[in-house]
Amino acid sequence: MTIYIPTPLRTYAGGKDAIEIGAATVSEALNSLTNSYPELRKHLFTSEGKVRAFVNLYLNDEDVRYLPEKENSQVSGKDTLSIIPSIAGGTF
Amino acid sequence: MSILQLKSEVYTAIRAHGEETYPHECCGALLGTHDESGWRVVDSVKAGNTRTDSAHNRYQIAPIELVRIQRAAREKGLEIAGFYHSHPDHPAQWSRTDFAEAHWLGCSYVITAVAKGKASVTNSFLLAGTTEEDKRFEQETIQVEASGELEDVQEVTSIKDQK
Ligand SMILES: [Zn+2]
Repeated sequence: MTIYIPTPLRTYAGGKDAIEIGAATVSEALNSLTNSYPELRKHLFTSEGKVRAFVNLYLNDEDVRYLPEKENSQVSGKDTLSIIPSIAGGTF
Repeated sequence: MSILQLKSEVYTAIRAHGEETYPHECCGALLGTHDESGWRVVDSVKAGNTRTDSAHNRYQIAPIELVRIQRAAREKGLEIAGFYHSHPDHPAQWSRTDFAEAHWLGCSYVITAVAKGKASVTNSFLLAGTTEEDKRFEQETIQVEASGELEDVQEVTSIKDQK
């Protein structure tokens, strides 16, 4: 599958914006990604190993949080996983 | 101070977007390329403000919209360089909420103050630092890039004079 890396994390992923990874599930893909690029780990996960609250993971067009099997969802070669930090704010 | 280069069309478009959505906040993404001097923004993409509960003082871009923007940028050979939003009847300074919700390290956050429906000051803040723990906003110099014609150069001069 292809994992899309957002601008702020590319420095920790060898400057790449997309990385091909062979994996059976979303969590396997994330493990393999952070094994290859260990510096990514602290940006994606809390110290307890959970995905940081502001990091959105989209399997194709679906929010992984709302998939029935969440990070255990099966993936195949054509799937894409987008890592997208959230964007919000206000006037005060 | 770092420099954010904005094509004049982008500068005009993001300010017009703030006037369009007034008294609500507008928001969108900035697309461009990065070199030693910083970001050079050549395109902007309008996004919907999902904070319909409090759109006059809050904004949020739906993650799925960001996924699509990121995909489209990549196809054009561009990167997400940052984001823009407006502050209706509020100064063009980052707020506590803006800082708490800012996670795109190394990207530019552009804020336009819209006073009584009219775009006034536009400022840019680089989200500097390397982690959530040491992140900080640093004000940047906005350089509006003309398309090379004399009238555009004059337009840039008049923009500077307004500040
Ligand atoms: Zn704001």
